[in-house]
Amino acid sequence: MTGLPASPSPKRLGLVIDLDTCVGCHACATNCKEWNAGGISGPLTDINAYQAEQRGVWFNRVFSYEANGGDCGSRTVHFPKNCLHCEKPECVTVCPTGASYKRAEDGIVLIDPDKCIGCKLCSWACPYGARELDEDQGVMKKCTLCVDKIYNTNLPEEDRVPACVATCPTKARHFGDFNDPLSDVSRLTRERGGFDLMPETGYQPTSKYLPPRKAAPTPPATKLNAVSNAVENPFLRWIDRALSR
Amino acid sequence: MHPASSVIFFTAASGAGYGLLAWLGLCAAFDLLPPEPLFGFVALGLATVLITGGLLSSTLHLGRPERAWRAFSQWRSSWLSREGVAAVATYVPALALALGWIVLRRLDGVFAVSGLAAAAMSVVTVFCTAMIYQSLKPVRQWNNRWTVANYLLLALYSGGILITLLTLIFGLFRPLFAETTLAALVTAAAGKALYWRSIDAETPRSTLRSATGLTDFASVRLFEAPHTEANFIMREMGFSIARKHARKLRGIAVIALFALPAVLLLAAVAWAGGRPGLAVGAALAATISAGIGVGVERWLFFAEATHTSMLYYGERA
Repeated sequence: MTGLPASPSPKRLGLVIDLDTCVGCHACATNCKEWNAGGISGPLTDINAYQAEQRGVWFNRVFSYEANGGDCGSRTVHFPKNCLHCEKPECVTVCPTGASYKRAEDGIVLIDPDKCIGCKLCSWACPYGARELDEDQGVMKKCTLCVDKIYNTNLPEEDRVPACVATCPTKARHFGDFNDPLSDVSRLTRERGGFDLMPETGYQPTSKYLPPRKAAPTPPATKLNAVSNAVENPFLRWIDRALSR
Repeated sequence: MHPASSVIFFTAASGAGYGLLAWLGLCAAFDLLPPEPLFGFVALGLATVLITGGLLSSTLHLGRPERAWRAFSQWRSSWLSREGVAAVATYVPALALALGWIVLRRLDGVFAVSGLAAAAMSVVTVFCTAMIYQSLKPVRQWNNRWTVANYLLLALYSGGILITLLTLIFGLFRPLFAETTLAALVTAAAGKALYWRSIDAETPRSTLRSATGLTDFASVRLFEAPHTEANFIMREMGFSIARKHARKLRGIAVIALFALPAVLLLAAVAWAGGRPGLAVGAALAATISAGIGVGVERWLFFAEATHTSMLYYGERA
């Protein structure tokens, strides 16, 4: 059923992505592809994998932006983007077949690949570009928040986090329940001013981003004791400089 | 947005088909056409071919066409599903109308009611088609209050051209058909002009700054894309050929869809009494011109539309 769950889910699972610490290494995207090529979403088909015009499905893609001006100075911001598992995901409600759904228990947005007809309407309805067509299988695919990993009791408990989170070398990605005020994701969102992407669309994304930290205030230029350039004799200039320190 | 030819053909053909069916249903209900079997067969047949051909063509862009039947299930939330249900439901009054018109040669009582029902369901189906687009928030050129009006007016206008042509061929023409078609033409042209003015004047609601949330910076620009080759999102949402030529294409659409058919329809009305052959020729030329025009208009409707996901790739939306 593509109607959204009637009541808010008891858990709201999602990610917090820290734009301050992400170094743009693409490990999250790579490990995502690695896990999901074999999990319930697999295979994540690549067409022309080893030649020009390669195209294939990735759930996670890492952009880099050049941000300038304002309070933050200028910097390069690495920006990983995958499904945000919105509270009001219109990619779900537009689905004509019932293949797309939002889980009532934890809010994860999923696609049933056995029902999807590949009409692509959900990709049109997603403002974030988080859904992609698997051309080989003719169905839409998207981030599952590694639903086949986070609940997998065959794995040690510390490994039951999404592949992108597990692999991040700078701990820029955090996974947890936003309904639990004591979870890492809730705490980080609260303390670091976590924000929504494109809040104006009204999709109410669950996953949040943390802003790059403000630039440290530029220290006032330390006033060097004036060294008289007027002194022509190099030895006297050196004496002047040495004694001025 | 990528203009898939199957979807362009679908919306244009089924729009004209539903427009024609609506006209035929109203003419049957209000006794404006006689229950002439051959005319009924050709006119209702043409409407059915356009509608069915369009619907079948729309399944061509599916990744898994064999599962298309599943699309009837989610009418509670999905406009695409509602469109499918309405499209199939329209066949019921349309078949009843055909039974009266072609087999029983009567258009009174239950058949008049079927005509009204077929007209109403045609409007409902085109409305659902248009709502698929109008309800999509990420595409501001579709999420526009003129979208539904454009679809409905163009369906009625293109159906009107077809009924003018068919009644001229069969000698059942009344000036009322051409006059109403001309009124629909003028209203559709005004609606399209208002649509274009609206999307040109609008300030995009989302920018790269709101898309990335980097609102504390004065400016944000793409430094490096995530990959070197175009992905599905870029191919589906990033089509930009028509935007480059939007002015010229709009001119072509206005001439082929509105200006030429208006002149040709007026000529057809003038010739309808004395020179029926010329009148049919003019109406046929108007139909062909409008057919080309609606194709360009629909192509532009897709190609001019921008999607917020392309903001991340450094494009405008």
